[in-house]
Amino acid sequence: MSGPAIRTEGLTKSFGAKRVLSGLDLEVPAGAIFGLLGPNGAGKTTAVRILATLMRPDSGRAYVLGRDVVSQAQSVRQVIGLTGQYAAVDDLISARENLYMIGRLLGLKRRAARARSAQLLDAFGLADAAAIKVKDYSGGMRRRLDLAASLVGDPAVLFLDEPTTGLDLASRNQLWEMIRDLAAGGTTVLLTTQYLDEADQLASQIMVIDRGVTVAQGTPADLKSLAGGQVLEVRPLRPGDLAAAASVLGELTGMIHPAAEGDLLTVHVPDEAAVTAAARSLDSAGIPVSHLAVRLPSLDEAFLAITGHHSDVASEIGAALEGATR
Amino acid sequence: MIASQTAVMARRNLLHVLSDPQQMIGMSVQPLMFLLLFVYVFGGAISGSTGQYLEFLLPGLVVQGIAFGTTQTALGLNADFQRGLIDRFRSLPMARSAVVAGRVTADIARTAWSSVIIVGVAVVLGFRFHGGLPGALGAAGLVLALGVAMCWVMAFLGVWLRSPESVQATGFMVVMPLTFASSVLVPAASMPGWLQAFVKVNPITIFADAMRGLMLGGAVVIPVLQAAAWIVGLSLVFGALTVGRYRRRA
Repeated sequence: MSGPAIRTEGLTKSFGAKRVLSGLDLEVPAGAIFGLLGPNGAGKTTAVRILATLMRPDSGRAYVLGRDVVSQAQSVRQVIGLTGQYAAVDDLISARENLYMIGRLLGLKRRAARARSAQLLDAFGLADAAAIKVKDYSGGMRRRLDLAASLVGDPAVLFLDEPTTGLDLASRNQLWEMIRDLAAGGTTVLLTTQYLDEADQLASQIMVIDRGVTVAQGTPADLKSLAGGQVLEVRPLRPGDLAAAASVLGELTGMIHPAAEGDLLTVHVPDEAAVTAAARSLDSAGIPVSHLAVRLPSLDEAFLAITGHHSDVASEIGAALEGATR
Repeated sequence: MIASQTAVMARRNLLHVLSDPQQMIGMSVQPLMFLLLFVYVFGGAISGSTGQYLEFLLPGLVVQGIAFGTTQTALGLNADFQRGLIDRFRSLPMARSAVVAGRVTADIARTAWSSVIIVGVAVVLGFRFHGGLPGALGAAGLVLALGVAMCWVMAFLGVWLRSPESVQATGFMVVMPLTFASSVLVPAASMPGWLQAFVKVNPITIFADAMRGLMLGGAVVIPVLQAAAWIVGLSLVFGALTVGRYRRRA
């Protein structure tokens, strides 16, 4: 396969007066997991809906495996799978019947559709619940079935629109594992998410969009370094130590003054090594703590760390990031 | 291809019915309830005897049963849109009309089932086909054709209106006056003049008269032709409206 699996050129879309996409350009190489990252309302879902032929762009072009999503929509539908934000499965019939139905709609013979259904139920750990109506499924099981449903036709390109939103941790990890397996098998995956850690865990390339324009693009490592590495959280045992702890942390990290939210201090640090350093410094300053942890910055913190503004001023952030990558 | 896809969608919709005891009871018992209540409550007052009223009522009641039964088409299609399942179908390389056509096919099977039950019980209560076998077969054909036409009308309501509540309310507001202000329950002659004028042009009256002709052995040709014209017209107009609306929605 030559050329990118997914390509868009200057995609725009408005709903009434509201502009949702303003000239989106993206390119996803075949076999990659591509993360489309952005806050609510950034245009992620609209982009996916256009690529999955559910919606036409106002202008611009989009191709999946070289097929135009508008003029060759039916041909695009033969090579894609879609898992949306809301599990698109039939609640009132069993999981087995759901997958069988899709197999038949894709043109499989009865026997082949039954076999494919059984195979996917097995692979997604749903074989024991195959005969149960989907309305009695847990949230995690529904998502797994939804993903299985989008794989019946063995698509070369898979669109996952916020696949883990609302899932518990165990279900989320399970779904991540499945997505990695798919990509390892050669499927191109375009994933949208609001969570930096999800994109970090899965994607080899990330594009950050906000208000329909690209804000940043690169590998997860690129973006994380721009976002200030990690976030260190410290909660002093005695609230009276807050100011003292803040000054210790400020000294430790050099330039950035810690942000306080209630009795919790947060500060951007380059990596996990900062925990040990912080523990040592706080201890020698005689400040006991009840909570000390590092985590990845949230998307909003990433924007905040770079610009000092929330994600509202997208173009400014874009410029800042562009400057920083060069 | 579209035929097999329609069959797959019809199968799905019938599975919904078969696995839902409430729906099964609703489509079997509700028309019967109407039959028994009307015959034994109003029969004596309207026709002098329950036996005579049963003869008058049954052909029209079958039509009314179809009109009420197909409101399920509207609700079912509307629910498909609510569930986001429609996105799945629209992202598959399938004929878009198969979703609606499958729903209509399944619902015709449902209305046929309800009609068989109500007519079967009526026969046990003493109803007889004076139109003979050709009349009975003609009536069966008309039931199916009427099912198609009414399903398309309801399918349009289902894709046109947003919420299931408004589908339910609108369906009721359409079906109730049309079936009551018709010749289904009482002869039009007893109604005030302005109402008679409406009853005469009401397609439900025309359908009921055609059914009477076929089942009781009265005038057949003109009412059946009129009914056929209405059926073709309703199916074409609402079929086109539904598919057009369906393509644009979501």
